[in-house]
Amino acid sequence: MSKQVTLTIDGIQVTVPEGIVVADAAKMVGIDIPVFCHHPKLEPVGMCRMCLVEIGRPVRDRATGEFVMENGAPKIQFMPKLETACTNKVEEGMVVLTQTEKSREGQKSTVEFLLTSHPLDCPVCDKGGECPLQNLTMAHGPGKSRFIYDEKLRLGKHVPLGNLIVLDQERCIQCARCIRFQNEIVGDAVIDFDDRGRGTKIVSFSDPGFDSVFSGNTTDICPVGALTTRDFRFEARPWELDAQASICTQCPVGCNTTLNTRREPRAGGDITVQRVMPRQNEEVNEIWICDKGRFAYHYAESKKRLSRPMIREDGKLVNSSWDAATKLAADRFLEAKKDFAVLVSGRLSNEDLFTVKMLVDRSEGTGYLYSRMGGGEMTSLVGMSGGSNFANMGRGTTIVVVASDLYEEAPIWYLRVKQAADRGATLIVLNARETKLDRYSSYVVRYAYGDEMKSVQDLSRKTKIGDAFTQAENAVILFGSDGLGIAGSAGLASACATVLQDSGHAGKPNNGLIGVWERANDQGAWEIGFKVEENLAEVLQGRTVYIIGADPVSDDPNLAKALEGAAFVVVQDVMETATTEIADVVLPAQAFTERDGTFTSGERRVQRFYPAVPVTGEAKPDYAITSQIASHMGVTLEGTSVSVLFDGLATSVKSFEGLSYARLAEVRPQWPIVGRGDMYYGGTTYENKHGMGAQLSAAATRGETVDIPQIDKEAAPRPKEKELLAVPITRLYDRGTTVMMSADLLRDRIGGATIALHPDAAQNLGVEEGQLVNVSFDGVSGDAVVKLDDTIPVGVALIPRSMGLAIREPVPANVRPQR
Amino acid sequence: MEHILLRHRDIAEFNTLNVYKKNDGFAAYKNAVTKMTPTEVTQVVKDSGLRGRGGAGFPTGMKWSFIDNKNWPHYIVANADESEPGTFKDREIMEGNPFQFLEGLAIACYAVGANVAYIYLRGEFWELAAFLDEKIAEMEKEGYLGDKLFGGEYSLRMYTHLGAGAYICGEETAMLESLEGKRGQPRVRPPFPPSYGLYGKPTVINNVETFANVPPILARGANWYKSLGTADSAGVKVFSLSGRVRKPGNYELPFGTTFRELIYTYGGGVQDSRSVKAIMPAGASSSLILVNDEKVLDTPMDYASVRTIGGDLGSASVIVIDDTVPIDWLVNKTVHFFNHESCGKCTPCREGTYWMSNITERIREGRGVAGDVDLLLNVAKQMQGKCLCALGEFSTMAVVTGIERFPEDFKKAVSKA
Repeated sequence: MSKQVTLTIDGIQVTVPEGIVVADAAKMVGIDIPVFCHHPKLEPVGMCRMCLVEIGRPVRDRATGEFVMENGAPKIQFMPKLETACTNKVEEGMVVLTQTEKSREGQKSTVEFLLTSHPLDCPVCDKGGECPLQNLTMAHGPGKSRFIYDEKLRLGKHVPLGNLIVLDQERCIQCARCIRFQNEIVGDAVIDFDDRGRGTKIVSFSDPGFDSVFSGNTTDICPVGALTTRDFRFEARPWELDAQASICTQCPVGCNTTLNTRREPRAGGDITVQRVMPRQNEEVNEIWICDKGRFAYHYAESKKRLSRPMIREDGKLVNSSWDAATKLAADRFLEAKKDFAVLVSGRLSNEDLFTVKMLVDRSEGTGYLYSRMGGGEMTSLVGMSGGSNFANMGRGTTIVVVASDLYEEAPIWYLRVKQAADRGATLIVLNARETKLDRYSSYVVRYAYGDEMKSVQDLSRKTKIGDAFTQAENAVILFGSDGLGIAGSAGLASACATVLQDSGHAGKPNNGLIGVWERANDQGAWEIGFKVEENLAEVLQGRTVYIIGADPVSDDPNLAKALEGAAFVVVQDVMETATTEIADVVLPAQAFTERDGTFTSGERRVQRFYPAVPVTGEAKPDYAITSQIASHMGVTLEGTSVSVLFDGLATSVKSFEGLSYARLAEVRPQWPIVGRGDMYYGGTTYENKHGMGAQLSAAATRGETVDIPQIDKEAAPRPKEKELLAVPITRLYDRGTTVMMSADLLRDRIGGATIALHPDAAQNLGVEEGQLVNVSFDGVSGDAVVKLDDTIPVGVALIPRSMGLAIREPVPANVRPQR
Repeated sequence: MEHILLRHRDIAEFNTLNVYKKNDGFAAYKNAVTKMTPTEVTQVVKDSGLRGRGGAGFPTGMKWSFIDNKNWPHYIVANADESEPGTFKDREIMEGNPFQFLEGLAIACYAVGANVAYIYLRGEFWELAAFLDEKIAEMEKEGYLGDKLFGGEYSLRMYTHLGAGAYICGEETAMLESLEGKRGQPRVRPPFPPSYGLYGKPTVINNVETFANVPPILARGANWYKSLGTADSAGVKVFSLSGRVRKPGNYELPFGTTFRELIYTYGGGVQDSRSVKAIMPAGASSSLILVNDEKVLDTPMDYASVRTIGGDLGSASVIVIDDTVPIDWLVNKTVHFFNHESCGKCTPCREGTYWMSNITERIREGRGVAGDVDLLLNVAKQMQGKCLCALGEFSTMAVVTGIERFPEDFKKAVSKA
């Protein structure tokens, strides 16, 4: 524990950690010193002057260094001027007065000054109702304006800083919280002040504007209504909104969110999600979420939602009853015997997956995890376990990121890793190409495609980088599938697990392996025992297939062809997809916003989500549908209570042992204090009242013998002479369902199919930047726009996944210019 | 009297290296580096009673001794921003007597252990920056700057840097930000530059004129320097005289010279032989000294005495206001200046100067109302003690003293409405 300091604030004696500022110390003991520019996550700047207080310090004897005593107490000397509570650090014996006439006058003056230029358009301002300026004006401001209204500045009311964030220049109080967030926390310095004095205004100087995937957070910490999102702007008033705890489903980070809902006239009076807000979990996402998590939620209210079970009659899908549809599916599954195949995705909750797993285990069928990445078994052995937290990593910790572009794949992990590096952690980035994280790393290794495993194995060698890894007190490896398919990523995971175990970095908190998966609950699927299949198209051929939460038909023409040849196809999903179109039975599932359950994040943290909106039509939760099918197959599975299901999971799967819904709902004290009935000191992020989740145990932590499966074959193919090897990469805003349903909002971020080539490769092919080309490989053919990138090898082309070209793994490709 | 700082007025071509050298140029510097320890140099400056000439009058030697010797490297920045309205002394020193300034800067660098010095000039001084670059190059050629100077271990280099036209960059921490390539906005203090300065390293910042005083002090000794001026304000000062006087200009005089001597003996008296109504002794940042009694003009110009008549000597840019000048007009001009130059970082200054500017503007244009003068005074006082740096505080000086000391002018202006 850090050294403690005792001081007195408004007569209350408080003991707080050394080095913190007075404003934070006051907050810790429930005293609100008003602030605007100060934010507990940002460096102090002392610019808004709202937190002016009287500060007295004990007088020390110059000779002895002891306090000078006066009437039995240390003599306190006050400075003649008020001081800012946000820049002065606590000192032993300090006396702070926040409520004296002098302090109150200081605070009142600052509010009055701020209001001289402020438009006071609260009745039409989105922030009204959750606005620090509004609250602090009520608490500290003068009742009457002495500033002549007609002399107020007239500035831009709708200035887009980018496609997502709109600036109201009149409302801005120049606190620079947004700028400082982007500079200090994110490292995307794309906005700043222009001009000076009263002309100071925020501008974006990136193209596209405000080019950062964290931009939405600035609207949370903006203490006025100056920054609003294009999504929520003019949509609802904060006091009309209900709030429900949820978990973001966009990536494996598992950010804690709050879904704000209300009855929406445009939805015929239905209750819909109005916005997604961060919910504090300092062990996961702190008080931030990325823009994909914030904006790409509109699919849940899509018109394409499935609302009734359907069965195919005379070649057409027609409405059916639940009983008839599940009976039909069950009959076919039984008939299929060994040919019964189940495809599940990480869209499903732990409870859903557990139910499916039990069904598979009690039938003659096989279950597969639908994912383009392998290696999950390794994370059950040496993955992150209880007590791990990126926030505790700094000096002494080495973080390795291999074959992953975290900024695009899991933005909040990017943020957490970057901050750990800022705190002194050694960051090693291994990748075949440049990624945004390189600039925060101590070491960058640029391996050749095909050398992924070797670059990891080299970490155990006696080199500078090797020592930085093996000698580290704690070590974490995040592995992904940048440039890799299932085989490549599985091999990579095996290499990672081996070096972690060999160097003693397994089986203890803040050590271990993290998979940068495609979906929110891929980790849960691996833990429950599902595996991926490299030759999925072959395997599905001719079988009776039960597809849950996946759309293989739009994802991959080879899979589409395989499913055409399937004996019978049952699809269970939330939306109409290309796969439901070919299905024989369609079963409507509830979206995660409509039900409860748990997801397991890549850090192996199990977290609960809660129902926020009413159910769409007759849709049921996935586990209930599976259970209903099972009952028709003569298998009794729990189908009504998620918590009972979870208890079953906790007793059957070792890593879940000891966990329960009650345990997951536990909340620990967190700093900073946010979201209470305060003055929005930490921003409008929500306080966590619904649980911070709990991490799974790993085989290594349980003291079991850990036998890491060794994968000897080459991790991935290498580019060959006179051949162009196309490799998959991941983009945050892809053309997947969730993003495309929010496409209007994210349009200038998504783009279309692209192929990145080295300039020399492009020259050899006779193509130029921006040119449309035809790309074909392995049964796939499509158009893509050429992008030049001189950081990649000449023999390699980068193709983003889910952007129109179905790339699963590294594959030789043909590129032809389009005439 | 022979000049100590403006020696170019006595000796022709004094801004050339040869002439400067012939007149004992660089002797003090060479002596310091080859025969004295840094601590000894600092001690001489301390003993001389030299105070900073930028305005605050902080004891120079003491500032040097504050530098954090546990944290290296050290830097020195010469403040050549000279942006205070009515101040034009540093420019003349740099143009006429550049080597004395650079020699003083070099000695200071040696005293605090800095191997690099930056000279931060206001953007309008671009010709001067080029001129100084030439002088620095000459010094390098002659072995006064560079590596292993005078056969010893000490190395020193100097660089000029141009600002981009912001008054605030004369404030020392805003200058450091600007020098680092950031927006020129002041930092929160503490920490102060001697412990956390340029690039976060211990840094001493002094005014051009301060540095120019150092070579003669080392050459002739602390006692000689102390014998000039007054007990509280040792030495000589270049007074920039402007306003309604017949002969505005720079006058190098010992501290303690009276306003009357400056204005009448040297400045040739007030234009049109009118009487002095007010004096701004420190440019636009001044309090307005009320001259309702001839005795006020007999006040000696030193730090302590000027305080007794309700002002601060500051950078000693004496602006003389005669009885033709309405004080509400003058206050409007100063407030307009500060509103234009406020950097916008802190609320009271950004909003307060804007608000005061609005009020003084309408008073001046005859649109003022009865409550306006009280409001103006109230807003100014409301700013005091709350701003992040001195700019905001100084913007209220003329307003408060103007209204309090010249109430009739404001009454008249408001009654026009």
